[in-house]
Amino acid sequence: MPQHIPLKDPGGEARLFITRILFSVLLVLALLGVILARYYDLQINDYEIYRTQSDRNRVQLQPLPPKRGLIYDRNGVLLADNRPSHILSIVRERVEDLDATLAELQALLPISESDLENFQQKLQRRRPYEAVPLRFRLTEEERALLAVNRHRMPGVTVDAQLVRHYPHGPLFSHAVGYVGRINEQEAQSLDERDYRGTFHVGKVGVEKFYEDLLHGEVGYQNVETNAHGRVLRVLERFDPVPGADITLHLDFELQQTALEALGEQRGAVVAIDPWTGGVLALVSTPGFDTNLFVNGISSADYQALRNSPDVPLFNRAIQGQYPPGSTVKPMMAMAGLQAGLVTPETTVPDPGWYSLPGDSRRYRDWILKIRGTGHAPRVDMHMAVAESCDVYFYDLARRLTIDRMHEYLSGYGLGKRTQVDTTNERPGVLPSTRWKRDAMNQPWYPGETLSAGIGQGYMLATPMQLAAATSVLATRGQWRTPRLLRSVAGQELPNEPVETLSAPPAYWEAVHESMRAVVHSARGTARKIGEGIRYEMASKTGTSQVIGIAQNAIYVEADVAERHRNHGLFIAFAPYEAPTIAVAVIVENGGGASAASPIARAVLDAWLVDDPEPVDGVAEEQTDG
Amino acid sequence: MGDYVRQLQLPGESSDFSRRQPLALRLHLDLPLLLLLALLTGFGLFVLYSASGQKMPALIRQGQYFLLAYCVMFAAAQIDLKRYQRWSPWFYLLGVLLLVGVIFFGVGAKGAQRWLSVGGFRFQPSEILKLVMPLTVAWYLSSRALPPRFKYVLACLLLVALPSVLILLQPDLGTALLIAASGLFVLFMAGIGWAYIVGAFVLACLSAWPVWMYVLKDYQKQRILTLLNPESDKLGAGWNIIQSKTAIGSGGWEGKGWLNGTQSQLDFLPESHTDFIIAVLAEEFGMRGVLVLIALYLLIVLRGFWIAVNAKSNFGCMVAGSITLTFFVYIFVNMGMVAGLLPVVGVPLPLVSAGGTSVVTLMAGFGVLMAVATSDSGRR
Repeated sequence: MPQHIPLKDPGGEARLFITRILFSVLLVLALLGVILARYYDLQINDYEIYRTQSDRNRVQLQPLPPKRGLIYDRNGVLLADNRPSHILSIVRERVEDLDATLAELQALLPISESDLENFQQKLQRRRPYEAVPLRFRLTEEERALLAVNRHRMPGVTVDAQLVRHYPHGPLFSHAVGYVGRINEQEAQSLDERDYRGTFHVGKVGVEKFYEDLLHGEVGYQNVETNAHGRVLRVLERFDPVPGADITLHLDFELQQTALEALGEQRGAVVAIDPWTGGVLALVSTPGFDTNLFVNGISSADYQALRNSPDVPLFNRAIQGQYPPGSTVKPMMAMAGLQAGLVTPETTVPDPGWYSLPGDSRRYRDWILKIRGTGHAPRVDMHMAVAESCDVYFYDLARRLTIDRMHEYLSGYGLGKRTQVDTTNERPGVLPSTRWKRDAMNQPWYPGETLSAGIGQGYMLATPMQLAAATSVLATRGQWRTPRLLRSVAGQELPNEPVETLSAPPAYWEAVHESMRAVVHSARGTARKIGEGIRYEMASKTGTSQVIGIAQNAIYVEADVAERHRNHGLFIAFAPYEAPTIAVAVIVENGGGASAASPIARAVLDAWLVDDPEPVDGVAEEQTDG
Repeated sequence: MGDYVRQLQLPGESSDFSRRQPLALRLHLDLPLLLLLALLTGFGLFVLYSASGQKMPALIRQGQYFLLAYCVMFAAAQIDLKRYQRWSPWFYLLGVLLLVGVIFFGVGAKGAQRWLSVGGFRFQPSEILKLVMPLTVAWYLSSRALPPRFKYVLACLLLVALPSVLILLQPDLGTALLIAASGLFVLFMAGIGWAYIVGAFVLACLSAWPVWMYVLKDYQKQRILTLLNPESDKLGAGWNIIQSKTAIGSGGWEGKGWLNGTQSQLDFLPESHTDFIIAVLAEEFGMRGVLVLIALYLLIVLRGFWIAVNAKSNFGCMVAGSITLTFFVYIFVNMGMVAGLLPVVGVPLPLVSAGGTSVVTLMAGFGVLMAVATSDSGRR
């Protein structure tokens, strides 16, 4: 020890320690001052801010989804209602291992790929502690299974919600459309506030078109929750405003009649009340069960629908564009009268074919292959419509020219969307020289005018357009936009005519008279369906070619594959004197108009006759051009 | 030289018992410090009951930890300072060996190996170093003239660096920094020149960039970024800080009342019974409660410095100063991080946060402090 004494200076060391300790105390005080200042800042200066924030934390605004409006037919038959459905949801924040929980759930109950996909997408957009739906429509058994196992899976919840249901399955699939789960794209375009808590949105048809009416307004409740989202009590509540119940013009029985009459055939029926524009029937076959789509269709079901050669998802009534064929002849006749090119008495020679001046090419009349000659040596308008003479209209079309044809036929709504209140409607084609230049960058050829004159060639129309055009004929020129919606919450919606084709009554009478003869005359092309009929109708048959027939070839039905057979069309309004219904029917590959006319008769009977007799649906051998 | 000192001191030591001394001194307890610790741990249990969701089992568990910790403290207080001085290099060696062992045989979770498992019992060797580090540096300097000469300072830095680097490799940045600090505090107490201190400070600032680029892991960078802008990640890393600031701020001056804190009782506050417990206290007891806690801490720290100043040996003084300063670092870092002043590192609020390890280590430190206080080894 003594040898260390010179090296050490105990007094100096003591002073050193005291200095260092003093410095430490000052440092501690300074740093505690910083801490205190921070807490003072948070607790005293910003108290209000954090107090509010803590309240906002504790009090959660919960959306209360509105009840979707119901859809009725004109007689109060329920077409779309809501049924309680149990939904399996997951609160991400409460789940420790999401993958493990999902695997466990999958072992308990079926969860499809699309369920998972939907879930993962929603997971990205959720708010903290928001329940994200995974599986909809749990069965009783599945709910029981979950109830037993849920204690092992924190964050998994089962809630009941009202979900869309379509009681009539395929019957209204194309008329009403359906709702489905909101997808990524829709989520971005929908009002985020309004759709909080709503899982479904109208995807197609009336359900989509009237989404705003049907959806209603979201409600909210202020609830006190813990951080796990568990509701402890409700502090305040704003009830949601349910969506409006809507009534459509559709008639359940008419719809059913049309569907049954079409049977296994692919086709469409559209019936319209000509004085209101109300769509009484809208059928496209085959249909499909819309309920499949509500909660996410399985990929097997979807592939089956997608890959079916009958394309059931395709709404033929408004998307199917067919050459209207001879159904344009009454409109052509009116155009001829209006343009002053013909009178009801004007006659045209009919050898069974027609050729343009200075051109040897022969344009055949459909009668040629049956009789080997024309309808008669000379044909007037009445006969031309009743017997569907092509030569008469070849001549008329040539003299009218394509552009004036376009002008007159536009008045019937051809070539543009009818603006019927549903989705995915297509416009068809009403050709003109300008249309051909724009669409195909080609000049118009005179021969094409002849084809157009009998509704062939470029001309295309949807059954909805044909039904609307027939309404214009029935009302003597009044155009009304076809409407599916009849009333909202009991409030009727008027539908005034927006355009009027003005023509002397005599013209209309002449055309109507010729259309009456289609069924009610000995040589009418649809005389067969006139058997036992208790009312009179004005109508027109039509056949449209699916494949081009070579110039000199003759179409023989039996030789042509089913898919290449001609489409059968039929338009009609009835009763003749005071029409209350206009109808358009198309039967794809039906062979000819005789496939379509009995269907129209069945629909008209259902509408007009209290106790309709069954109609002989056997097709007549006779077809028209 | 150690033996020499012991021989000199032993007779005096025995004579103490023959003399009439206060009971506390004979039990090697520092009464003021003991009283303050009792108040702090009592208050802590009160807050913990609320923070743990009013669960009695959690409270009983923490009570058991405290019981154990007080026993360890009492035992640590009985050991003579000379023995600490003599044993510390051996414990240091043992600690370093165990840390090397951790690198090769360690077990852990989430990418960090921090534990050694011996016969099913898991422990963190780094905990040993928390106490051994200041003792060892103090042992090294106690036989040398103070302030230490440059080469001794260098040797001390090596002593500090070896275990710190080993812990950094686990990786456990927070603990490595705390242990390094406890060693450096001894150097500070030993009176190294201000030039060293300022130089080290400048060096630390300069090395910030390479450390950010090459040393810090992504999650550590994230914590620092979150501190700068908690709103950037409201649900992830930022959630804790936003919720704890909300809890503290919404407590105001008076607080929402015991067991009435909505942030903590409704589970918005994460880690409410461990690292973030100060937020529960601040929410339920308000600024008043925070002041009481800070006052308690300040008194403990001041008592620790008082013991250091009055230590009868350089060794005792340096050890007491370092333990006290380290204790304060815990307080500052924890209160700072919960209030959003510092990045979130895993530092508990000393003697209040739930958990056994930190409580036992801290109380062992206070035991050493009491040994210093009641040691009669004279300054040489």
